[in-house]
Amino acid sequence: MGRYIAKRLLLMIPVILGVSLLVFTMMELSPGDPAQIILGIRATPESLAALRTELGLDQPFWVRYFNYIWNALHGDFGESWRSGLPVLQEIMVRFPSTIKLALGSMALMVLVGVPVGILSAVKQYSLLDNVTLTGALIFSSMPSFWLGTLLILAFALGLNWFPATGGDTIRSYILPWITLAASSLATLVRMTRSSMLEVIRADYIKMARAKGASEQRVILRHALRNALMPIVTIIGMDFGKLLGGTMIIEQVFTLPGLGSLAITSVRQLDVPMVLAEVLFIALLAGFINLFVDILYVYIDPRLKSQYVMLRKVRR
Amino acid sequence: MQNNAQETERLRQYKKRSQLGSVCRRFAKSRTAMFGLILLIILILIAIFCGFFLDYEGEVIKQNVRERLQFPSWQHPFGTDQFGRDVLCRVIWGTRISLSASLVIIAIATLFGALFGALAAYYGGMVDNVIMRVMDIFYALPFNLLAICIVASLGNGMLNLGAACVVGVIPGFTRVFRSAIMPIRNQEYIEAARACGTRDLRILTRHILPNAMGPIIVQATLNLAITILAIAGLSYIGLGVEAPAPEWGTMLSDGREYMRNYPYLVIFPGLAIMISAMALNLIGDGLRDALDPKLKN
Repeated sequence: MGRYIAKRLLLMIPVILGVSLLVFTMMELSPGDPAQIILGIRATPESLAALRTELGLDQPFWVRYFNYIWNALHGDFGESWRSGLPVLQEIMVRFPSTIKLALGSMALMVLVGVPVGILSAVKQYSLLDNVTLTGALIFSSMPSFWLGTLLILAFALGLNWFPATGGDTIRSYILPWITLAASSLATLVRMTRSSMLEVIRADYIKMARAKGASEQRVILRHALRNALMPIVTIIGMDFGKLLGGTMIIEQVFTLPGLGSLAITSVRQLDVPMVLAEVLFIALLAGFINLFVDILYVYIDPRLKSQYVMLRKVRR
Repeated sequence: MQNNAQETERLRQYKKRSQLGSVCRRFAKSRTAMFGLILLIILILIAIFCGFFLDYEGEVIKQNVRERLQFPSWQHPFGTDQFGRDVLCRVIWGTRISLSASLVIIAIATLFGALFGALAAYYGGMVDNVIMRVMDIFYALPFNLLAICIVASLGNGMLNLGAACVVGVIPGFTRVFRSAIMPIRNQEYIEAARACGTRDLRILTRHILPNAMGPIIVQATLNLAITILAIAGLSYIGLGVEAPAPEWGTMLSDGREYMRNYPYLVIFPGLAIMISAMALNLIGDGLRDALDPKLKN
C-alpha cells in the first residue's frame, strides 16, 4: 500500500508541473503589460523599465518559468502585483472559507444523496422514487447561480431566515451549501439508485433474504457494500466539480474565498496570484483523487488482494 | 403449414429492422425523452425564427428609459429591465445565442475529442500515453478555473468564451471516446479490414468510429446541457458575452442589483436556462437508454 501511495504521489509531479507550465504560458499570452497595469497609465517610461527589471520581466520566458518553479519549491510563491503581500499569505487567509464551503456541501451531498438514492432504489417506481427522479432532473438542469439567487430571494430577502451575503457565521453558509451541493446531489442520487438497482437483483441478495437476514441488514450490509464503488467514484469526482463551483457560488453570496480571489486576480492580471492559486487547487484536487483511490481498497477488499497478488508474482 | 408461413413473415419483418430503426423506436417509446425532444424542437424553432418577429436593434437592445422596471403586464409579459427593455424579447433572443454557441462548441469539441480518443485508443503505446497525460493536465483543473484562465489570456468576448469551453470539454470527451473505441480495436472485423490492406485512416473513419458512435452521441448531448450552463455561468461572473447582447447569464447578473424589488428580472432568464438544459438532459438520458437497453433500470 505504501508503495502504491508513493507511486501515485510521484505521478502527481508531472501533472502539477504541466499545470504550472500551462497557466504560466496562458498568463504570458494575456494582453497588456504588467508593469503598466501595476503603475497605471501615467507612469514614466523610466519607472516602467525599472519595475520590469525588478519583476524579472526582461528575462526570457524559460528563465522566468524555471526561476518561478525553483522559488516555488522553496515555498516562495512571490508577492501579489496588486497588494504587494506574499501570495501564500493571502491564499491562506481566503482558504478556510472555500474549504468550509466545499466540505460542507460535500457532507450535505453525501448525507442526503446516498440515503435518498438507496430509498429510491428499494422502493423502485413508487411515488417517492418518481419524486426523487424528477427532483434530480430539475436540480441537474438548474444553473447553480440561479438556484442561489432564488434561495436568497426566498429565504434571505423574503423570509429573512439567513443572511444574503458575507461569511461571518455558520448560518451564512447554509444557503451556499445547499446551492453548491444541489447539482452534484442530483447526479449522486441517480448514481446511487442505479448502482443499488444493479446489485439488488443479484443472487446473493436473494440468498441473504432466504437465510432470514433482516431487510435492513440485507440493504445496508449486503447490497450497499457491493454498490458502493461507483458511488465513491462519483463523490470523488464531484469534489473537483465542487471546488470549481465555489468560484461562482462565492460570487453569488459574496463570500471571501479563493474563488472570488481568483476572479479578481485574473481580471487584474495578477500573475503570481493566479499561478499560486491554480497550483493550490490542482494539488488539492489531486490529493482528493488519491484519497478516493485509497478508499477503494478499503471498500472492496478484492482490489487489495489483487494488488498483493501482483506483488507476489513480481517477486 | 400456415404457422410456418407466419413465422417466416415475422422473421422477415424482424430482419427489416435496422439498428438505427430500433434505436429510434426505443427512443420514441420513452415519454420523457419525447418530451425533451419536443421542448428542444420548440427552442430551436424560436432560435431560428426569432429574427422574423423581433427587431434586434429596435426591441432587444434599444433602451427606453420611460418604461424602465415595469412589472409583468399584458404589454410586457415578463416585465421590463432597468433600461426599459422588454425581458421577454431578450429571453427569446437569448435562445439563439445560447443554443447556437453551445452547438458550435460541442461540435468542435466532439471533433477533437473523437480525433484524440481514436488516435489514443487505436495506436496505443506512446501515442496513447502522450495524449492521455496531456489530457490529465487539463483534467487536473476545475472547468471554471481553466475557463477563467483562458478568458484572461485571450480577453473577454463570446469567441474566447467558446474557445475556453471547447478546451474545457475536450479532455472529458477524449476519455469517453477512448474507452468507447478501445474494445472495438481488437474486434475481428478490424483485423479483417487490416488484413485486406485497408489504410489506417479508412479503418478509423469507416470501421471504428461508426461502431463507437453510441457513447459519443450520448456524451455530446449531455454535454450540450452542461455547456449551456457553463456559458451562462461564465457570463454571470462577467467573463462572457458583453453587454447589450441578451445572454441569459448576463441578464441574470445585471438583474441582481434590482432583485430585491424586481425579482422577475432574475427569475425569467434562469427559467430559460433551466428549460433548455432540461430538454437536452432528457434527450441525452433517452438516447442512452435507447442505445443500450441493458443499462436501463
